[in-house]
Amino acid sequence: MWTLLKIELFKIFRRPRTYIAFAAIAAIIILIQLAFYSDGENFLQFGMQSLKESFDIKGKILSGYLVCFIILQTLLIHVPLLIALVAGDSIAGEANMGTLRLLLTKPVSRTRFMFAKFLATLIYTLLLLLFMAILSLPVSLSVFGSSDLIIMKSEMVVILDSHDVLWRYFAAFGFAAIAMTTVASLAFLLSVFAENSIGPIVATMSVVILFTILTTMDIPLFNAVKPFLFTNHMLNWKGFFEEPVNYKSIFKSGLLLMGHIIMFVSAAIFVFRKKDILS
Amino acid sequence: MKYMLVTLLLIVAPFFLFAQKEEELVKKVKSKLNQVNSYEANGIIKIDVSFIKAPNSPVRVYYKKPDKFTVKKEGGISILPKGGFSTNLNSLFMTDGYTIVPAGETNLQGSKVKIIKLLPPDESSNIVVATLYIDEKELLIKKSVITTKESGTYEMIMLYGKYSTLGLPDKIDFIFSVKDYKLPKGVTIEYESGEKKSSAARPGNQKGKIEITYSNYVINKEIVDSVFENNK
Repeated sequence: MWTLLKIELFKIFRRPRTYIAFAAIAAIIILIQLAFYSDGENFLQFGMQSLKESFDIKGKILSGYLVCFIILQTLLIHVPLLIALVAGDSIAGEANMGTLRLLLTKPVSRTRFMFAKFLATLIYTLLLLLFMAILSLPVSLSVFGSSDLIIMKSEMVVILDSHDVLWRYFAAFGFAAIAMTTVASLAFLLSVFAENSIGPIVATMSVVILFTILTTMDIPLFNAVKPFLFTNHMLNWKGFFEEPVNYKSIFKSGLLLMGHIIMFVSAAIFVFRKKDILS
Repeated sequence: MKYMLVTLLLIVAPFFLFAQKEEELVKKVKSKLNQVNSYEANGIIKIDVSFIKAPNSPVRVYYKKPDKFTVKKEGGISILPKGGFSTNLNSLFMTDGYTIVPAGETNLQGSKVKIIKLLPPDESSNIVVATLYIDEKELLIKKSVITTKESGTYEMIMLYGKYSTLGLPDKIDFIFSVKDYKLPKGVTIEYESGEKKSSAARPGNQKGKIEITYSNYVINKEIVDSVFENNK
């Protein structure tokens, strides 16, 4: 299994396509940090206008914690698209190159083969998230420093003590890992059905975009559907930045996402085991 | 004519006598507060505003005559009602020439207090009227209601302890009006989750409360002016 995994990881990290996601994430994070470094105070003044009508707020508002929160809020909606680039290619890419049939001539069961493929995709997803975490949290903290975290929500302002923030980021990144794995497993499943990697990549992106649009639209008809959309639960990493934290809701979302992962991966293995491999 | 003048004098005289008595009381309170030229103290701020969720924060409170006042949180954010604490009692008494109007007596915190209204001499003053509830025996202001032009009406309830001889409270409850808070969801990147919402903020103007519990006063120690500079 370990040898299989090593081969799969080698294949993933040999491809230039893999590094597009890392480059895109680095570019976006650095641009956000630069923007906040040069004009962040003005941006925050604008955002806090409503609050400053009634209150005097003193202290360091623009901190590394706040910049990291803004980065996560901006990026975690788009990272699934980058994950689809690699996850959607895992089986369909082999089929497209004509190596799938050759690979299956080796004395390895299809289930083990699929597990190795999925584990490699999972490792890629986690590395991408780790890369994002390092760039957005320690780098932001070293540039902007530490302070209490003030989160401006539409109807609420949450202020978290600086000593009470770090664990929330660890928890949020942990939750984000589950959320991103859900997208990876969906792309992995769709990859089984295609002979060309473009199909599953675009299909995954389409599902994520469609569900995200349904999630963002505040229309009563869609509100009824939202609890069933996995993209809606993917946003629950923000729950760790509530006071008090609604663990029940986060746990429910985490469980639902893990259910999706198990369902997608099991379906992928089931279909692949039955599939007539012709390429 | 003479009869009318005497009658008028009899009616008006008690008011002047009372006002003089209240003036004496205000003078005594003022001289008590005047013992403090500056102070700094540790404080714990508790915010009770429907749309703000914040933990109780340890802060450092600074005051310097005549009207410098600030609250700072080491390595963090402090949040106070706008303009409210700049009208703190010590600075209120630094201005001379207030018209003093007696407004009766009442019971507060288990003791009898005199109600006195202060009207500023200057029309351009931010304070419109200040109502003080003064404990005549201890020469302590137990409660004040200050109406300002810019920031509405503030109510302060003071509890005294160790530093009552200097007129410094152990705890202040600051009650004030807050405007409704709302930001577009597009700005905050928030989505409706489809779950039932908890009733967080009520629309319209509401009352907010901030409690500051003081400890470890350091009194009349030199405080540099840079402490009061507005840090963003």
